[in-house]
Amino acid sequence: MSAAQIFAVVIFAAMFVMIVLDKIERHLVTLGSGILTLGVVFGICMRDGEAIWNTLAIKGFATKDFWYQVTESESKGINWATIIFIAGMMIMVEGMAKAGFFRWLCMKIAFIVKCRTIPVFITFMIMSAVLSMFIDSITVIMFLAAVTVELAQLLKFNPVPMILSEIFCANLGGSATMCGDPPNIIVGTSLGFSFFDFLTNTGLCAGICLVVSVIFLYFAFRGELATKSGEKIDISKLPKPSEAITNKKDFIISSIIFGCAVVLLITHATTHLTVASIGLFIAAVTLITSGKYALELIKKVDYKTLVFFIGLFIVVGGLEETGILELIAKFIKNISGGNSMLMIAIILWVSAIASAFVDNIPFAATMVPVIQSLSETTGVSLRTLAWTLSIGTDIGGSATPIGASANVVGTSVAAKNGYPISWGRYCKKIAPATIIVLAVSTGYIFLRYL
Amino acid sequence: MSQLIISVGREFGSAGRAIAEELAKRFNIPVYDRHLITEIANKTGLTTEEIEKYNENPKHLIFSRSVRGYSNSIEDNIAEMQFDFIKKKAESGESFVVVGRCSETILKDYESLVSLFILGDIEEKVKRVMKVYELSEDDAKRLIEKKDKKRKRYHNYHCSGHWGDSRLYDLSINSSCLGIEGTTDALEAYIKARVNNMK
Repeated sequence: MSAAQIFAVVIFAAMFVMIVLDKIERHLVTLGSGILTLGVVFGICMRDGEAIWNTLAIKGFATKDFWYQVTESESKGINWATIIFIAGMMIMVEGMAKAGFFRWLCMKIAFIVKCRTIPVFITFMIMSAVLSMFIDSITVIMFLAAVTVELAQLLKFNPVPMILSEIFCANLGGSATMCGDPPNIIVGTSLGFSFFDFLTNTGLCAGICLVVSVIFLYFAFRGELATKSGEKIDISKLPKPSEAITNKKDFIISSIIFGCAVVLLITHATTHLTVASIGLFIAAVTLITSGKYALELIKKVDYKTLVFFIGLFIVVGGLEETGILELIAKFIKNISGGNSMLMIAIILWVSAIASAFVDNIPFAATMVPVIQSLSETTGVSLRTLAWTLSIGTDIGGSATPIGASANVVGTSVAAKNGYPISWGRYCKKIAPATIIVLAVSTGYIFLRYL
Repeated sequence: MSQLIISVGREFGSAGRAIAEELAKRFNIPVYDRHLITEIANKTGLTTEEIEKYNENPKHLIFSRSVRGYSNSIEDNIAEMQFDFIKKKAESGESFVVVGRCSETILKDYESLVSLFILGDIEEKVKRVMKVYELSEDDAKRLIEKKDKKRKRYHNYHCSGHWGDSRLYDLSINSSCLGIEGTTDALEAYIKARVNNMK
């Protein structure tokens, strides 16, 4: 191994350990690691200015392909399209939350099913999955879990099974689309796939898994969801959905912007607008229509997450430029003996197990160049490997309370309201659900693509 | 008297809690220690035993994760609830004694805060723990070490200052030198002087 390779691996491993230990904020960890990669790996060890420029990928902004893309193209280094898209969606979501959209939607659905526990349980699971297809699962769970606790206190049922099921379905829904979960955005923008590509591949798989999950979770939790027998629900005592709307005009505008975002994403393979263009457009429209609140929305953007992504892409760029990821690809190729079925099973289950314990974003970012290399050397379709990676990282994250951001937020909201969820409580029903869904997904990939 | 908040940090076995309770009696103000647990139990519907399990405990680094200020760690969430509780009490203008809970840092912006740290000689602490918990000398030593290690990790995770570092508190005192009564007398005199200074 060369000095550059050793340093790239050491920086990457140290970054991962620091993220897990959570002593220093993770955006500072990845940014620091990124700077070290640029200075030590590219600067001192490789003395390669071009590698630095390739990784920073700034010149990409000036290319037409970055904003308007007719043919699929792959990107390297910092994935600015992902960062711009996530920033744009953050601004849109802040606007929607401010107008009371999410709380209104949750209350509206609860009222439609007359606040009966089991129908609320099932509709909230489906809503969690559908919303997570377009909006980050943190926001979805933040609102859904809060409303669930509120309903649970009024209707006197235990909210924990419902929150756990919502978390599970949010992660599942996120796997359905290109913008549902950060690993998918990274996979999609890095490999040049469209929203529709995801919807017709991982989306179909997520749809099948959602049906299986709803049935499994219903039977797993139905005993715990019973309300006190004989008590009639007086929904007139509950807060009305309309009370959630803070400003009717803002509510209508944010709903229209959300609708536009969905249409633009679904049609982006036809319109050739990249996710970077869509993110920028949605952010601009939200800010323009927010008027004097625009600055407030900008301030609410989670810059730490964006910085986290930038640092992460640089570190992964270090592994890529030094050829470490090719070595990993060769290793996977060797242990699978060129057997595509075994290779897919390894990628799916290793991604899932890793994502259950460590952040799935760095894992996905690292694995994208690995599957590219695997596809080139083994001839297995890159698309198949990409869907496998997305499904593995997205669904695997559900298995433990720390596997995905939605799990952390959901369990935290529950704990703050007096319903602490221990590891044992979480894993007892959700880990088996994850294994079942992963088994279904494995079967789906084998049957459809091999 | 205007508001008075007495924060008492303590080593395990130093009689910190007993001194805090005695100070509360002398100044005729409530003491928040176990009360904090029952208060949160009432608010959340959890049992006191459940809260006790996670009370003043550091989170498990490997099994915990934070996202945008949210944490899956029950220890973190219980700690946050306790911090919120003492902050609200302080905001309301109430006078009280609070034991532990990083209160010297959480309430540091209040002029009415007097922060104390009670330490003790290991021999005296062992004697006290052996008596209170009916333990052998070795078990008492082990318990002291374990409890102080936990308190230190809990404190240093939530605060930038180091647990027991005299620079973090207005006054650090070794309770082994004067005993519970004598230490309380000395602290009472100090607090009275501080109160006079606050006026």
